Amino acid sequence: MAVPILKQGPFLIASIQAALTDTDVLQLRDDVMSQVTRHRSRGIIVDVTALDVMDSFVSRSLRGIAMMTRLRGAETVIVGIQPEVAFAMVQLGMNFEDVQTALDLEEGLALLQTQEGPADGGS
Amino acid sequence: MAAEPEERIAIESDNDVVTARQRARELAAGLDLTSTDQTLLATAISEVARNITTYAVRGEVLLSIVRDAGPPVREGIRVVARDKGPGIADLELAMQDGYTSGGGLGLGLPGARRLVDEFDIETAPSAGTTVTLVKWSRAR
Amino acid sequence: MADPTDAASSSDGSPETSADLLKELVTHLSANRTNLRQEWARRIGEARLLTALTPEEIFNEATSVYDNYVEVLETGSVEALQDYARNLSERIIPRGVETDEVLGIVLLLRDVLARSLFQKYQTDFDYLNQVLDAYEPAANRIANTVAINFVQERERVIRQQQEAIRELSTPVLQVRERLLILPIIGVLDGQRARQLTEQLLRGIRTNRAKVVVIDITGVPTIDSTVANHLVQTVDASRLMGASVIITGLSPEIAQTLVTLGVELGKVNAVGDLQGGIEEAERILGYQVSLGSDSIEDSQLR
Repeated sequence: MAVPILKQGPFLIASIQAALTDTDVLQLRDDVMSQVTRHRSRGIIVDVTALDVMDSFVSRSLRGIAMMTRLRGAETVIVGIQPEVAFAMVQLGMNFEDVQTALDLEEGLALLQTQEGPADGGS
Repeated sequence: MAAEPEERIAIESDNDVVTARQRARELAAGLDLTSTDQTLLATAISEVARNITTYAVRGEVLLSIVRDAGPPVREGIRVVARDKGPGIADLELAMQDGYTSGGGLGLGLPGARRLVDEFDIETAPSAGTTVTLVKWSRAR
Repeated sequence: MADPTDAASSSDGSPETSADLLKELVTHLSANRTNLRQEWARRIGEARLLTALTPEEIFNEATSVYDNYVEVLETGSVEALQDYARNLSERIIPRGVETDEVLGIVLLLRDVLARSLFQKYQTDFDYLNQVLDAYEPAANRIANTVAINFVQERERVIRQQQEAIRELSTPVLQVRERLLILPIIGVLDGQRARQLTEQLLRGIRTNRAKVVVIDITGVPTIDSTVANHLVQTVDASRLMGASVIITGLSPEIAQTLVTLGVELGKVNAVGDLQGGIEEAERILGYQVSLGSDSIEDSQLR
């Protein structure tokens, strides 16, 4: 199932609706990279609100995507990690040390905007 | 402990991994496991079942409800994830913590163990692997 | 506990098996149900047990217990008794009935029934002994079953109450928008720490918190389990986009954490709660406005 990716100004928003298979992940990575390139996006929000489980596979995959987009000049922010999912992730030993996270879409966009330029800080 | 008949879920694709963990969640919800515990269980199943699709091509997950006469009296979900794949050559290494990306050898086993109450693994090269997990309800 | 149908419990090898004796017992107890029950109720009153219940309630429960008692002797199975005992416990524990009362009334019933056996078989001492050999193991098993079920139920209730107290005693407070404070007081164990983490993470979502101040001024000591939970709480909060400030870290606890190998560098620690709140507000972009200090603070910005 392809993950829908929307454009919001200089940013992209990818909302993951359901559990990701191997194929879905590869598809997501390809779609994200092609969209980031096409729109010269400055940032991308990956919304995982709908995921009730984030195992090491999904976490590693998202980390990989974040690194790739960074090479293209776009910062990735993962948003919507649910309380229980966060709890399970740290028990599992996963943490996104090198990937930014925010509470939800609104916060994620605000974060990307803050990082856009110092003039926009603190809005 | 007493166990009820098992439910078997064939694991051959990523979709099956999702099916297995969702089914386990449903069973756990019926037993009064907290939402957090359900998520921990589902996550642990995802880890071990994904190992099956990644390394063993196919296997199965067996779910059953177990009862502990106590004290204290409690119920739980037992998960047996098994395959006839290549087995794990160095089990000790696989169970070692120390990698943030998911545990020794990337199998996520030490992490999965932390998520559940009881964890057992049997494996031998070329003989396959069987992982048994149990998650109990908090004592009533 | 001897199986009530075990023939070997017959003491002098007479043709009466234990099963026959129990049958006779059951007949006797059923036939004398009314007066034995009355005698029992009288003794309960005399011993001042079950004062939390009305005489009518005592009578009703006494009837149920009596009938269950006889049923165990008859069938050898305690299953029905267990269900009844659990059910009874659920009803009377909230009324304040204590363990010694429940055990007390069961033992009194055992005594009342034993006495009636003494009376009935007083002319044949050997036979009386045989009857008692059959009766005693069963009676003890009954007392055991009731007591254990009552105690288990009590323990369950106590655990529930403890959970509720834990929840109440550690509120997650929202003092400003996007800022949560979690003051922890008292000794933390693994379970409580875990519960706090869950509460906090849910609180972050509900209150859309960006900064959390965890104050452990009121915590005297922590062990490695709790220290790990603390670090996990910090990590999990970050995954939800919230940064964590820990305040009130005593020198003792700081030393414990260092010894345990906890990476204190990851943890943003500030001396006291007030300082923590100010740091939080700074992170959130608020101006600090506290009397005459504020001018100096804003100039430093």
